[in-house]
Amino acid sequence: MPLLDIQNLSVEFTTRAGTFRAVDGIDLAVDEGEVVGIVGESGSGKSVTSLAVMGLIPSPGRVVADRLSFAGRDLRALSASQRRKITGKDVAMVFQEPMTSLNPCFTVGFQIMETLKVHEGLSGKALKRRTIELLEQVGIPAPESRLSAFPHQLSGGMNQRVMIAIAIACNPRLLIADEPTTALDVTIQKQIIDLLVQLQKDRGMALILITHDMGVVAETAHRVIVMYAGQKVEERRARDLFERPQHPYTGALLDALPERALGKRRLPTIPGVVPGIGDRPRGCLFNPRCRFARQDCLDLRPPLFPDPEGQARCYYPLGGDMWGAPE
Amino acid sequence: MLRFILTRASLVIPTFLGVTFLSFLLIRLVPGDPIEVRVGERGIPPERLAQLRHEMGLDQPMWKQFADYIGNVLSGDLGTSIVTQNPVLDEFFTLFPATVELGLAAMVFAVLAGLPAGIIAAVKRGSWFDHGVMGLSLTGYSMPIFWWGLLLILFFSVQLGLTPVSGRLDLLYYVEPVTGFMLVDTWLSGEKGAFASALRHLVLPAIVLGTIPLAVIARMTRSAMLEVLGEDYIRTGRAKGLSEGRVIGLHALRNALIPVVTVIGLQVGTLLGGAILTETIFSWPGVGKWLVESINRRDYPALQGGVLLIATTVMTVNLLVDLLYGVLNPRIRHAR
Ligand SMILES: Nc1ncnc2c1ncn2[C@@H]1O[C@H](COP(=O)(O)OP(=O)(O)OP(=O)(O)O)[C@@H](O)[C@H]1O
Ligand SMILES: [Mg+2]
Repeated sequence: MPLLDIQNLSVEFTTRAGTFRAVDGIDLAVDEGEVVGIVGESGSGKSVTSLAVMGLIPSPGRVVADRLSFAGRDLRALSASQRRKITGKDVAMVFQEPMTSLNPCFTVGFQIMETLKVHEGLSGKALKRRTIELLEQVGIPAPESRLSAFPHQLSGGMNQRVMIAIAIACNPRLLIADEPTTALDVTIQKQIIDLLVQLQKDRGMALILITHDMGVVAETAHRVIVMYAGQKVEERRARDLFERPQHPYTGALLDALPERALGKRRLPTIPGVVPGIGDRPRGCLFNPRCRFARQDCLDLRPPLFPDPEGQARCYYPLGGDMWGAPE
Repeated sequence: MLRFILTRASLVIPTFLGVTFLSFLLIRLVPGDPIEVRVGERGIPPERLAQLRHEMGLDQPMWKQFADYIGNVLSGDLGTSIVTQNPVLDEFFTLFPATVELGLAAMVFAVLAGLPAGIIAAVKRGSWFDHGVMGLSLTGYSMPIFWWGLLLILFFSVQLGLTPVSGRLDLLYYVEPVTGFMLVDTWLSGEKGAFASALRHLVLPAIVLGTIPLAVIARMTRSAMLEVLGEDYIRTGRAKGLSEGRVIGLHALRNALIPVVTVIGLQVGTLLGGAILTETIFSWPGVGKWLVESINRRDYPALQGGVLLIATTVMTVNLLVDLLYGVLNPRIRHAR
């Protein structure tokens, strides 16, 4: 049984323009100790999916799912306070913006200790010792002196390390990192990813790594999920995905990788943007931007087609009839 | 930090000059001088009038009078009241505790009611409670103090007989002024019922005076909370599994308090202005009522001195609030 098991998850927001499905029928299973990458452009619903797992969808938003279980417990059946015992302890999250994700009015030490107090009931010397230990583990130099620092006194990279320390404070079984490096300098990005991967290995926790960066996914993830306009469009093992992408969207994302575009004069890009609330097309959601779209793609919305290595939401996958055409 | 205080202090001098000049000028624009007002309808021989004016220096040119006054003030002399012949400073400080007590009580009322109202309104945004709080605070803010005070007196004092109409204490009691704060003095005196009486006298004027600050604090708290509740670190708090009480009451409120405290500080000016009306309605023996009487009697030194001292109080409080702002906001504390 997977650690996290989600079936047919949808998240809807009601706005003035009408009801908007930010996440549309996602299945997501994560095993203990597994690293799952979720990729997709801005607005494809990656953050909303992870917030739904955390139970953090802001209130007019509606979350529905056929199954939403963690470690065998149905999260939908839990009361708010029962769920809080899991959130931040067994499932933790690191966000995109380290500079605004920490409370500017409290010291870094306070914000780490708070989690330990609430979930583990630590206090006094033990609490302080554990906090310093955590700061060491996330690679913050002179941890003792950083306890009394305020977030604005630290760099973005340091703050992200603090966020990671908070997230791993109670030894979570699943860590969700939502674009943890997008807001950071390129040099720092790699350090933070390396830190996450190392912590994941050391602790054997499951990791959902959300990113725009196909390169990062290639290096870290065991399995990859590609999202587009709230839907899963492809899923397979990382190596298979990079060698034999099936969905044209995945193919285009990979083509945009610098190392794959060697010899070309300029990096290929995908024209257009992810459809938002008012402009979702008929048929396949990707068809306006797809080089291979045919009449079917304009009329019919494709389901996820299973293949021997995974699944892809496409009538005419890039591999063609590699495995025999889907009926 | 030191530089900040010095900058602020250097602004004090022009403010002082301006306030002194205005009160000096405005009281003289009111028809009738102190002597005419005192002799009233009876009249007085013109020679005697001229002589009295000369004694008080009122026959001097205006600029000369002003320069003399400033000179005296700078040497620490606020003059003596024309009516009572007591030093203005003494009169002020005898009456000031009554005003401070009233102002503090009004502020406590405004904060205790306004802060929770604003917080709940923000958390339950769009609910009937939110609309109610916003509607009431708009009403409270636009209500004339005079009218509101009389309304409350009519209802609670006259109709229900719950509270006294005027003063600080029933005439039955006599307590030795120790601190000048009636609540404290009656408490110290140990006299039975005196404290309760002082409290009953204080309630209504405090509510009247606290109404506008209450409205301002409730609105400000609501908007500050609404802004803060949308911040990333609030989401982080929830992602840590903290209770809603802790997320709102600690993480959000701590940040929202920064602008709210500033607004509370700025209300001190409003409060002292409001005290003039409130003290007059309730015959509360403080500096507000004293100022109104000084105007009626054209007691130039008393009025000028009183205005100057009140301006000093407001400026001091505002400076303290600015310092407190630095204490509350770590980003500012370290920037200086
Ligand atoms: N609270 C909300 N109310 C209404 N719409 C929302 C809300 N939160 C997200 N959305 C919409 O849901 C869609 C998916 O957003 P989401 O943040 O999950 O994208 P993302 O894949 O994480 O993008 P990015 O890479 O920019 O982080 C977007 O179109 C967004 O506008
Ligand atoms: Mg996102």
